[in-house]
Amino acid sequence: MTTPNTLVYERPEGFTDTPTHYCPGCTHGVAHRLIAEVLEEMDLIDKTIGVAPVGCSVFAYNYFDTDFVEAPHGRAPAMATGIKRVLPDRIVFTYQGDGDLASIGMGEIVHAAARGENLTVIFINNANFGMTGGQMAPTTLPGMKTTSSPNGRDVETQGFPIRVAEMLSTLDGVGYCVRRSLHDPKNIRLAKKAIRMAFETQVRGLGFSMVELLSTCPTNWGMTPVESLKFVEQHMVPAYPLGDYKVAAGVAQIKI
Amino acid sequence: MTRELWKGNEAIAEAAVRAGLEAYFGYPITPQTEILEYLSRRMPEMGRAFVQAESELGAINMVYGAACAGVRVMSTSSSPGVSLMMEGLSYIAGTEVPAVLVNVMRGGPGLGNIAPSQADYNQAVHGGGHGDYHNIVLAPASVQEAIDLTVLSFDLAEKYRTICMVILDGCVGQMMEPAKMPEMRPMQRGNWDWATDGRMGKRERRVLTSIYLDPIEEEKTNLRLLSRWKTIQREEVRYKEYFLDDAEFVIIGFGTAGRVALSAVRQARQKGIKVGLLRPITVSPFPFDVVERLVGRVSGFLVTEMNSGQMLDDVRLAVKGRAPVEFYGRMGGVVPFTEELLHEIERISSGKLSVETNPRDAWLERMAQV
Repeated sequence: MTTPNTLVYERPEGFTDTPTHYCPGCTHGVAHRLIAEVLEEMDLIDKTIGVAPVGCSVFAYNYFDTDFVEAPHGRAPAMATGIKRVLPDRIVFTYQGDGDLASIGMGEIVHAAARGENLTVIFINNANFGMTGGQMAPTTLPGMKTTSSPNGRDVETQGFPIRVAEMLSTLDGVGYCVRRSLHDPKNIRLAKKAIRMAFETQVRGLGFSMVELLSTCPTNWGMTPVESLKFVEQHMVPAYPLGDYKVAAGVAQIKI
Repeated sequence: MTRELWKGNEAIAEAAVRAGLEAYFGYPITPQTEILEYLSRRMPEMGRAFVQAESELGAINMVYGAACAGVRVMSTSSSPGVSLMMEGLSYIAGTEVPAVLVNVMRGGPGLGNIAPSQADYNQAVHGGGHGDYHNIVLAPASVQEAIDLTVLSFDLAEKYRTICMVILDGCVGQMMEPAKMPEMRPMQRGNWDWATDGRMGKRERRVLTSIYLDPIEEEKTNLRLLSRWKTIQREEVRYKEYFLDDAEFVIIGFGTAGRVALSAVRQARQKGIKVGLLRPITVSPFPFDVVERLVGRVSGFLVTEMNSGQMLDDVRLAVKGRAPVEFYGRMGGVVPFTEELLHEIERISSGKLSVETNPRDAWLERMAQV
C-alpha cells in the first residue's frame, strides 16, 4: 500500500540554492531559515537589503535571495542606517554575532537603537567569537573556558557578561527588543514569531527592532550538537533570561 | 549667477547640495564643523538625508551603506576624524562604490591643533586604510576652487566607482571669499547595474562586498582596481601653471602653500626673477608627466608645503635626480608668509644648486639657524 507523497518541508523562497558553510549542529542555519521564512511570509524578499557582519555569518549573503552588503566588523548598524535613510521604503536588516555587535560594534548598535532607526537586528549570542576559533566574547559566561580565557572567564580580570537585550531596551528609540533561544522546537517557534514581530515593527515604522537569539557553537564549545543544546538550556538561559524587554505600545497592538 | 561672499566650509556644503548630494553623514570636528552645521539645516529642508553620527566610524559606514544604495553621498571631517575613517575607506575602495570625503586638514600628529596644515598628504595620496588601493585626491587653493572641485568630486567618484577626496587646509575652510555657486542640479540617481537598492521585482539579487576569500579572486580585484587607476592617471590629471613659459626654475606647491607661492612668484617676477609655479589640483593622480616635461627645461625646483615634505617625495620621484630639488616647508599649523617664500626664491636664484643636495636635510639645517 502506498500513500501519496506530500511535500511538508522545503527550502523557503527567501533562500538561494546554496549549502551553508556552518559547522554541523550550529544554530546559524536555524536562525537563517527563520528569517527567510518570515521574509517569504511577509512578501518582503523583493524589497529587503541585508547587512552581513564579520564573524561566522560573514557569508550570510550567499544564502538569502535578497540584496546584501557586507559590513566592516561591528559597523553593520551604521551601514544599515546609511541604506535605510536613503531607501526608507525598503526593508533593511543586520545579522550580527556577539563579537561583532556587543564588542567592537557596541557604539554603532547603541546609537542606531537610540536614534530609533527603522532597522531590524538579528543578534546571535553564542558566548564566543566563532570565526576566529572560539575566543572570549563580551557574552562569555563567568567561568566559561575559551581559547582566550583558558582557565575560565575570571570576572575579576576579564569583566562581566553584557546583557544586550536588557541594555538596549532602556532606549526610547527602540520599538521591539526581545530575547529568544534556539535550543528546542518550542523555542524555535517562539523565535520565529519574534523575528516576525521585529520585521512587522520595521514595516510599520515603529522604530528599532532587535531579536537576540541564544545559539550554539558546538565546534568551539567542544561539545556535540545535542550537548550544546543542553548547555544553552541549562547555562545560557539562566544567565540570559528569555523574554520581551521592550514592546512599544504601537508594537503591542500588532496582530499577526 | 553672481558672485557672493562665501566661507570655505559652507561653500563646500552648498556646492555638494547643488551637485546632487542625497545623503550626508558627519561628526563635529574643528575646523570643518560648519559643513556639518550647514547641512543639518540644508539637507532636511531639501528633503534629503542628514545624520550626525555617533563617531567618524559611524559616519563613514553610513556613507558606505548609502554608497552601496547608489546615491550621491559625502562625509567631511578633519585630520584626527579622517584617521578614524580609514577602515571604512578601505572597505569602500574594496567594494568599488563611489564616495566623496572632504578633509579640512589641521596640525598633527595626534590631537595636534586646529590650525591649517597639509600634513595628511601621505595619508590621502599614498595610503591611509589597509590594502592596495588609490584615491583620487583634489586640492583646492581658494573658496571658488573648493566649490568647483567639490562638484567635480562627485562626477569623478561615480565615473570610476572610487573614493574621491577633497583635501584642503583649515585656511581655505575658514576664510571668506567672493565665489560663484553652480546652478542647482536636479537630484538624480544613476541607473547603476551594481547598486544594492532592493530587487523590487526587476532583477536578480545583488551583493556588494569587499571579501574575496580565494586569493586568485582577490588578486583579480587588485588588478581591476589597478587598471582603473591607470586610466585615472591617464585621463584625470589636473593642475594649474603660472609663468612657466620662460621660467628658469619652478616652485611646486598645492592648496594654500601653492597660493602663497603664487604671491611670492609675482613679487619675484617684478624683481626680474624668472620663476614659475606648478600647482597640482589632483595631488593624486600626481602630475608626474608635467614635472617630467619641465626637467631639462629648468635649472631646478623648489617644493613648498605645510608639512615636512610629503609631496616632495613625489616630485623627487618625477625628477629622478636629473635636476636640483629644494624644499621649504612650515609645519604644525604654521602658514608660510609670502616673504619667506620670496626669500627662498632669491636664495635659489642667486645660489648654486646641486642635485647632490638632500632637500629635506638642507631645509632642516636652514630651519635650525632661524
